[in-house]
Amino acid sequence: MATVAELKVRTGRRAELALLAIAWGITVLARGLVDYHAAFLELDELGIYAAGAAVLMLGSHLVLRRFAPHADPVLLPAVFALNGIGLAMIHRIDFGYAQYRGRDTDFGTAQIGWTIAGVVAAMVVVLLIRDHRRLRRFTYTAGIAGLILYLLPLVPGLGLEINGARIWISLFGRSLQPGEVAKIAMVVFFAGFLVTNRDTLALAGPKILGLRFPRPRDMGPLLLVWAAAILLMVYERDLGASLLFFGIFLGMLYVATQRISWVLTGLALFAVGAVAAGTIFSHVGARYNAWLNALDAEVYASGTSEQLVRGLFGMASGGLFGTGLGEGRPDLVPYAESDFIIASLGEELGLTGLMAILALYLIIVQRAFRSSIGVRDGFGKLMAAGLGFSIALQVFIVVGGVTRVIPLTGLTTPWLAYGGSSMIANWIIVGLLLRISDQARRSAQEVT
Amino acid sequence: MSELSITLLRFGFLILLWALVLAAIGVLRADLYGTRVISRGRGRENRRRADARGDKVAAPSRSATGIRTGSISTRDEAAAHLAVTAGSLKGTTIPLGSAPILIGRSPTCTLVIDDDYCSAKHCRIFPEADGWKVEDLGSTNGTFLDNQRVDDPMPFKRGDKLRLGATTVELRG
Repeated sequence: MATVAELKVRTGRRAELALLAIAWGITVLARGLVDYHAAFLELDELGIYAAGAAVLMLGSHLVLRRFAPHADPVLLPAVFALNGIGLAMIHRIDFGYAQYRGRDTDFGTAQIGWTIAGVVAAMVVVLLIRDHRRLRRFTYTAGIAGLILYLLPLVPGLGLEINGARIWISLFGRSLQPGEVAKIAMVVFFAGFLVTNRDTLALAGPKILGLRFPRPRDMGPLLLVWAAAILLMVYERDLGASLLFFGIFLGMLYVATQRISWVLTGLALFAVGAVAAGTIFSHVGARYNAWLNALDAEVYASGTSEQLVRGLFGMASGGLFGTGLGEGRPDLVPYAESDFIIASLGEELGLTGLMAILALYLIIVQRAFRSSIGVRDGFGKLMAAGLGFSIALQVFIVVGGVTRVIPLTGLTTPWLAYGGSSMIANWIIVGLLLRISDQARRSAQEVT
Repeated sequence: MSELSITLLRFGFLILLWALVLAAIGVLRADLYGTRVISRGRGRENRRRADARGDKVAAPSRSATGIRTGSISTRDEAAAHLAVTAGSLKGTTIPLGSAPILIGRSPTCTLVIDDDYCSAKHCRIFPEADGWKVEDLGSTNGTFLDNQRVDDPMPFKRGDKLRLGATTVELRG
């Protein structure tokens, strides 16, 4: 009798350790170069930094060895390398601000704290969620929690408005962005909802122009949550996040139903919404104008495209190989440490470095989709695909905005940009992906 | 430090970045997981041989399945295989040897189908002197051979479509 058997899988933990060593080298070398050019190189301090990085990497590696032995071996090194590059760059921008601007900032140290919190959060996720299928129980809880998190910035006394966007809350004297965590809750909700209803969504309903559309009653809860979230984000003027949210939703719907009609309706809706928003809201119209006519002298003088154009000049001066870490002037771009960190990296590492960074993102997203294909339950498939889409789209929206491919919208670059909420939320995504990939790569006999 | 060593470190950093990217891709190339088809009985021996070869077994191609039915059976049907043409396992093929094949939801089956409309042990495909036969094992929703319900063993010929639940299986030569 013939039987279908599993391929024996290498756990890949040794490969992970080797890759982590390279990631560690990148982290320490970046910091050393930055410190040297700031005339601040103290080997003691660099030694402490290097030891700290080694402890974090080895610690998470050992946690995976013990509790998720089949987890994907490339995910952790890639994320650690990105995080290390980000830390060095933010530290370097602190020096730039102090040197040329007289601004005394300490983003670098704060970001180290956030990184540690993020890594710990990811490991807690790996330890607590032994089986990602358990999250399916919290489908509707996650949906409601996500909406509440999106609502928090609108609560008077709690919400903060910074630069015209009301997406922060003030807690313990720190400003937090609840939308970053809400994104994960929404992925869990969509995955749980779609896995139960995908058959009715895909098969039942009227046929219009050769494309099958779903019945309103199947679509109801989904549309409700989606519309509420989009409206909230538009109200809070968080364009980047609404774009990201819309993209994740569309991607997951397509993965769940395999219906091209969804992509078409979604894109049509998006086009209508984008044009409508441009004519109705003046601030959206201004963004379009700053994007299309960025190099126009008048637009530049009015200040709407100044940040974008300065970022482009920075990347142009970097050229193919960059000015070298610590040798450029990224401080000339406003928000060089958060929204425009890609421009700062493009300036100092050049096209070569930027491509390597994008390749690392590509690898991370590919691993998310591979886990999605490999994992055996529908919920895990949808969740891994959703998390993969969230990283891919976020990088596309930020890098596309900074390089003037699409209009600029404020979003953080995962693991690179300064920002605590985004750092922790993205590390939680890593934790979830590690857990799902552990299930995917483990052979069926071991899964009980 | 001299200017030269700093320049070298600067380019060294870019090289290290790309080294990580390429090393990661290298690890991914060797990272295969999924399923492959092997035969029971003789399969044990084949499995050991496959393991000894390390994990370099590529995608479950015909040569990697370990089934060399020719040595067991000299019948013409030996070269036949089952192809899943619709359902959640669409695209899967199972080479048919001289052994019967069980299809159902139970993990002990040869072809395990995750489908609510399938029974635990849904149907059986087995060889007889005059070719392959299919019989229903008392499934709840029935097995259909070209839209005809299967009760007693029926002949299963090349190109016949067997429908159970949302899955369609075709016999190919």
